[in-house]
Order: sequence, then structure tokens, then C-alpha cells
Amino acid sequence: MRITELFEKGEFVVTAEVGPPKGVEIDHLIKDAHEFLKTRVHALNVTDNQSSVMRTGSLATCKVLKDEGLLPIFQITCRDRNRIALQSDVLSAALLGIENLLLLTGDYTTLGDHPQAKPVFDLDSVSLIHAVKCLEQGFDLAGNAVDGKPPKFAKGAVVSPCSDSVDVQLAKMEAKVKAGCEYFQTQGVFEPDKFMEFMEKAKQFGVPVQLGLIIPKNVGMCRYMNGNVAGVHVPDDMIEELKADKEKTKAGDTGVEICARLIKECKDYCQGIHIMSLGWENRIPEILDMAGIAPVAK
Amino acid sequence: MLITQLKSKEIIESLAEGKIVIINCHGCKEVYFAEHEADELQKELSASKEITKIITTDYICNPDNLKLQLKKHMDVINAADTILVFSCGVGIQTVADQFQEKRVYSCCDTYQLPGFQGVTALNVDCGQCGECYLNGTGGICPITACSKSLINGQCGGAKNGMCEVDKDMECGWERIYRKLEKMNKLDNMKYDAPKVRNFGISKEK
Ligand code: SF4
Ligand code: SF4
Repeated sequence: MRITELFEKGEFVVTAEVGPPKGVEIDHLIKDAHEFLKTRVHALNVTDNQSSVMRTGSLATCKVLKDEGLLPIFQITCRDRNRIALQSDVLSAALLGIENLLLLTGDYTTLGDHPQAKPVFDLDSVSLIHAVKCLEQGFDLAGNAVDGKPPKFAKGAVVSPCSDSVDVQLAKMEAKVKAGCEYFQTQGVFEPDKFMEFMEKAKQFGVPVQLGLIIPKNVGMCRYMNGNVAGVHVPDDMIEELKADKEKTKAGDTGVEICARLIKECKDYCQGIHIMSLGWENRIPEILDMAGIAPVAK
Repeated sequence: MLITQLKSKEIIESLAEGKIVIINCHGCKEVYFAEHEADELQKELSASKEITKIITTDYICNPDNLKLQLKKHMDVINAADTILVFSCGVGIQTVADQFQEKRVYSCCDTYQLPGFQGVTALNVDCGQCGECYLNGTGGICPITACSKSLINGQCGGAKNGMCEVDKDMECGWERIYRKLEKMNKLDNMKYDAPKVRNFGISKEK
């Protein structure tokens, strides 16, 4: 199933994210997905060598999750593959019955664990969306016909609502919509006001947006994100909140509460949520319960 | 060696708005410049467009030299709406940088021929992509000013206006956006078909 069908039905679409490990043992990932996510999220993003750190592939992991009865979203970045490999992987996804894509430019190579690697960036997020759209219309990017019935995907992308250059981000968002993007997931949001202001401007594009959430695990993580992670800013009062009850924060409960509160505050302004739990998948059901988001109908 | 090839007459015509000043750079031996063709085209243009001055000079890639060369023409330049530059990518960027709010447009594509390359140890750089994008980007080269050489806009990695790859480098797309804002040309970011590089003709791979 394509998640665009859910948006069309007016569902409040809930997704989470899993990262394949460096290595091929993914039993743990599958167990967590069954235990904590299967009944609570509509679909699961599978990251593509996230943060430029080499791991098992997104497409193969998507296929395993699909065979387990979950709905995967295949994340594809332009960092490691040129247009030939990208289009080939998109067709491979169709062959494996993977119908949901999240199309990204990707982090730069030097940020990861193979800083010596050659950065590709033959295409970018916008031209990759365009390439997928071409394939859906029966042609590749060079204009050659693709044999047989063309594939059909839900084409998604990302945007940073709390970026310090939100106007530049909105311009890029518009380019993505024009290229054929059908839904957006956002970078982690900690400032509801900024998010609402952003949504006010993004409304004109008429494309569903899922609020991105990162569970704030502790003060150090928040400080790190403020200094280093683009588009993410944890306000001071939230950092104070995490500081206030050390035991509670240590147990993860403060972060869970903050996340649930952000959902409640923003939910009327967006069409779904996307939770980046970074290893805390087990806390997702609690967050959703607290925020009043019911289990998904299967 | 660099080769500059004229953009098509249609493209150049579409860029020529209002009062126009043309700057030709016949500077260095390392750049082949289509002098004759440029001359013909400029003659044709003057039939339908208001060209107030044609300046032919050299080494406009050197900002100090450029200032010096243009000094005596500043009145007509200030009164112009558009500056059309016939030079390599570095020259065009140097002019665009000098006139922040003016519409400075590139009339050439710069690409590379194997062999000796021009020496331009300057703060702007041209990757000789062969399909100059400067007209859509406020005269700031997306190939060399953006770490990922993106041509469809900013990635998600900029923080406080700085690039994710190098925290001491301003994000090229942040600069492009701000420059277009100053030129009142943000519409340049709105186009229907996404841009796709042609690496078949580009030097920078
Ligand atoms: S866009 Fe940049 S690399 Fe390409 S020709 Fe123009 S200045 Fe040179
Ligand atoms: S942060 Fe800016 S300059 Fe750096 S890669 Fe992204 S768009 Fe390019």
C-alpha cells in the first residue's frame, strides 16, 4: 500500500524510523518492530546509510520488513549513487513490491565513518523526485522507454520547519512539490510556534506534512543538537525541564512527556507525525497513548 | 584552457531588460573567447534593445582591476537595469559581486579543454560546468559555492547560514537566496522542470 492512500482517506498518518545495523543481524530490529510498532504506526522508514555511516542497505531491510507484514518506506539519498544506480534501485524497489519512497539529497560523506569516500550528488532531492516521476510515466531520466507497466510510488521528501533559513527551505519545498513530491516528513520540531508559522506558509502547496519528532533523551543530546544538527533547536525552557527532575529524565520519562505534548500542540496543524526515536522504539507506544493517538487499524 | 561559448541568441535576448550595459572580457590567453560571434550578436541586439554602453576590457576576474576599468563608466552603469557579461564564469561572478543589486547576467557557458588551465587564485571559482547557471543564481556559482554542487536549492544541512560540510564556509544557497532577494528576483527559484546536470560536458566531476 502507498501511504498517500492513507492521507487521501484523511487518516492521521503515524510513521517511525528504523536504521539497519552495521552487519546483517537484524533479528533485534524485527523483534522491536513487531513488539512496539506494528500496531501503532502505519509505516516504517528505513534509513539509507544514515549520517553517512555505512550499514546494511535500506532496500534489503525494507523487503525483510515487508515480508514480516510491516509497511516500509524506502529512504534513498543521492550521496552514494549516480542517476543510473538510483533509477535502477527505484525499479528494484517496485520489483520487490516496495511502494513508498522518501527521497533525499543526503548528508555529505565527510560527516560519516568513511570520510575518504567519493561524494556523488549526481542528482539531488528535487531531480531524484523528478526521475521517479519520469519512471512512473514510463520513461527514464534520459527519455528512454521503460518496458512494461510503469511502477507507481508514494513519493515523499523532507523539509526543515525550524531552520534558521526557513524561507530558503520553503523555496526548496516548492521545487519538490513541483517535481512531484506527494508528502513531507519534517526535521525534528521542538518549537510548536515556529512549526505552526511554517505550516501557515506551507499550506499553499496542498501537500500533506508529517510533524517530525525526536525524543529528547537528555540535556547533553539537546545541547549537541543545538550546536550541530541543522534545523533543530531545543529551547532553553525545555532544557530546564529536562534538568529539573534528573531521575525522571534518566528514566526517559521527561522526553516521552515532551514528545507527547508536542504532538498534542501541533496535531491540528499537520496531517500526521513521524517519530525518530533513535533506539527508543520501545517508548513510542507510550508517547502515542499520552498524546491520544489510537492504535492503527490493520 | 577554458572555452567560453555564447549562450543562444534567444536566451541572451530574454535576459536583456531595460537599459543595458555590456561588458566583454578579452583578458587572458588561457580563455578562448568567441570575439567575432559576440561582436555580431551585440550588433544584432542593439537593433532591438537599448544598449547604453559596450565596454571591452580585460582581467575582470580581478576585482581591483575591474573597479579601475569601470571607474570612468560608473554613471552609465549606475543608470543601467541589466549588465550582460561576456566572459568566463569567474569574470561574471566578480561583476555580480561588485554590483549586488543589479541584474548581472552571463552570456557564456564556460567549459574546459584539456591542457593548461587559467590561473585564477581568487575568492570566486568556476568549475567549468559547461552550462552556466549564474543567471538563475544571482551571479553566485552553485557548482563551486555549494559543497554538494546542488543546482535546485539548499539542502537540509545549513545551520546558522553555514554549510554542513565546513562550518567556516557560508552556505552557498543561503548566499544565492539572499542575493536574489536583494535583486528582487526570487522568482528565479520558481521553475517548472527541475535542473539536471550534464556531466557529459562538465569538467568538474
Ligand atoms: S555555473 Fe559556475 S561552474 Fe558553471 S560555467 Fe557558470 S561559473 Fe562556471
Ligand atoms: S549547506 Fe548549503 S552549501 Fe552546504 S551542501 Fe547544503 S546547500 Fe550546499
